[in-house]
Amino acid sequence: MRTYIIRRLLQAIPTLIGISILVFAITRLAPGDPVRLYTFGALQITEEDIQGLREHYGLDKSLPEQYVNWLTLAVQGDFGKSLQYNRPALPLLLERLPATLQLALVALVLQLAIGIPLGVVAALKRGTWIDNFIRVFAVAGHAIPTFWIGLLFIIIFAVGLRWLPSQGILTVGKDVWDIPDRISHIIMPAFVLALGGIANYSRYLRTETLDVIAQDYIRTAHAKGLRERSVVYVHALRNALIPMVTALGPLLAVLIGGSLVIEQVFTWPGVGQFTYAAARSKDYPVIMAGVMVASTLLVVSYLIRDIAYVVVDPRIKVR
Amino acid sequence: MATVAAAARPVEAEKRKVAAGLWENAWYRLRRDRLTIVSAVTMIVLGLASAAAPLLADHVFKTTELQQDLLSTYAKPTLDPPKYLFGGDELGRSQIVRLLYGGQISLFIGFVAAFMNITIGVALGLVAGYFRGFIDDIITWFVTTLNSVPTIFLLIIFSALFSPSALLLTIVIGVLFWTGVTNFVRGQTFALREREFITAARTIGAPPVRIMTRHILPNVLPLIFVLMAIDVGTIILAESALSYLGLGVPPGTPSWGSMLTNAASYFHRAPWLVISPGLAIFVTVLCLYLVGDGLRDALDPRLKQG
Repeated sequence: MRTYIIRRLLQAIPTLIGISILVFAITRLAPGDPVRLYTFGALQITEEDIQGLREHYGLDKSLPEQYVNWLTLAVQGDFGKSLQYNRPALPLLLERLPATLQLALVALVLQLAIGIPLGVVAALKRGTWIDNFIRVFAVAGHAIPTFWIGLLFIIIFAVGLRWLPSQGILTVGKDVWDIPDRISHIIMPAFVLALGGIANYSRYLRTETLDVIAQDYIRTAHAKGLRERSVVYVHALRNALIPMVTALGPLLAVLIGGSLVIEQVFTWPGVGQFTYAAARSKDYPVIMAGVMVASTLLVVSYLIRDIAYVVVDPRIKVR
Repeated sequence: MATVAAAARPVEAEKRKVAAGLWENAWYRLRRDRLTIVSAVTMIVLGLASAAAPLLADHVFKTTELQQDLLSTYAKPTLDPPKYLFGGDELGRSQIVRLLYGGQISLFIGFVAAFMNITIGVALGLVAGYFRGFIDDIITWFVTTLNSVPTIFLLIIFSALFSPSALLLTIVIGVLFWTGVTNFVRGQTFALREREFITAARTIGAPPVRIMTRHILPNVLPLIFVLMAIDVGTIILAESALSYLGLGVPPGTPSWGSMLTNAASYFHRAPWLVISPGLAIFVTVLCLYLVGDGLRDALDPRLKQG
């Protein structure tokens, strides 16, 4: 088990290197010179000053040289200073990480709490209108553009009914620990973000449950006179849940990638929104730190999923 | 199922004297799947209407996608004039005509990029699965790397820095989203290359390229169509999200995502403008997913859900 975890950790290294090359290539090959962009309109600036700035930021070296320099500093957590805020980029982003994690975790809980029961109910009521309804929902939940649902929710629940706030993480001026206020802010974005996962889990669990309840041991459980409830929850559900761990992977990607769009719709002050703003103003250090933070989050989530899979399913032999 | 099909059509079976093939069986099952047929027809109608956008704009709605009418801004949905069937936007432009043009962009990007994904994905999957070893390691490294960057982050950065044209955007999406296909084809190839018919082909001296294209590819091809349908839907969703964030196709070209951004800023004046672009995306993607599901059930009934 320990060797498996170590091996899996080592495997993450080439992935992270690959990501860093990709991001570095995209940002450095982009047209437009960040130094010119930031000195634009500054009339007194001379060619010399521009050259000086370029040297200061190391933009005058060759690309591989720039990459190695950047990587050496990046592994130490130094992604350079934000061109916009003139502060180190990584701390700026890490300040926004809790907001993104909060949103993703609440969405994950919602996915499991809604998706699993839906899937089980659909399987148990197979062929009825409930089943059909849940199956349609399972496809529709994937196909619906989240930003559109987000907008409609804002229009209905925030503007129309005035039940929930339309943006932000906390009402301005409220205490940071004002939990009810926080909950009212997180409900809509988290639910919208969870929608795809709810659909996915319900669909997945329906198939798994149908598979499991056809097994002999379920018939045995019925035959020895167990109540329906304990057959379903103790015998069927536990086994149906095992393969769900694999489904977690793509869903985590959706959570982290999707949060960028949702954060934008609900003005949620997270990593995605900040990276988006940085991309729009060509703030290279923040862009690179942002993608690296989001990707590291994803790599770590995959790691946790893979380890969880081995822990949950004793049938899997660890090589 | 297959025997029932053959029995139901004795004349046809007699005529050809061959057992019904994969595609015939699939088509037979598909015809019975009403939901899939309805989705496919909806897709085709949407595609044709978008392709005929200039014609429809000229002859039915009597306007263009750019023609403004500042006297009837925020027009309510109405049949008179027909150009305001879905209402008019903040400049009095016809919503329905702009939706049709937006459909051209979305469907073009979706299908062309998905085709590129499939091509790259299948090629790399075959190569990785067949040769294994070092080549497989390299390709797997690419796949895990791309899978570990949230795609929307990459797209947003690329779009913000390069301000790409619609065509360039298509190519970038086409080059980025192939990992799922590769994983699938690679897995299948792994399994297939151990089978007797592959060994037989190798024994009689067939070169790797021939084995891959003539012996392995036909076995994975059917389910590739399923992946393609779902891929197109996913790409359309991604593109519309990008356009919604103002980073999709260049401004000026109507697109479903940017129409939504527009509508969102004027929703207190014209809430109906928020409905139609979102619905257009939703219906298109839903139909593609349903067609994908239906195709899978038809091609491989063992996988049928429930």
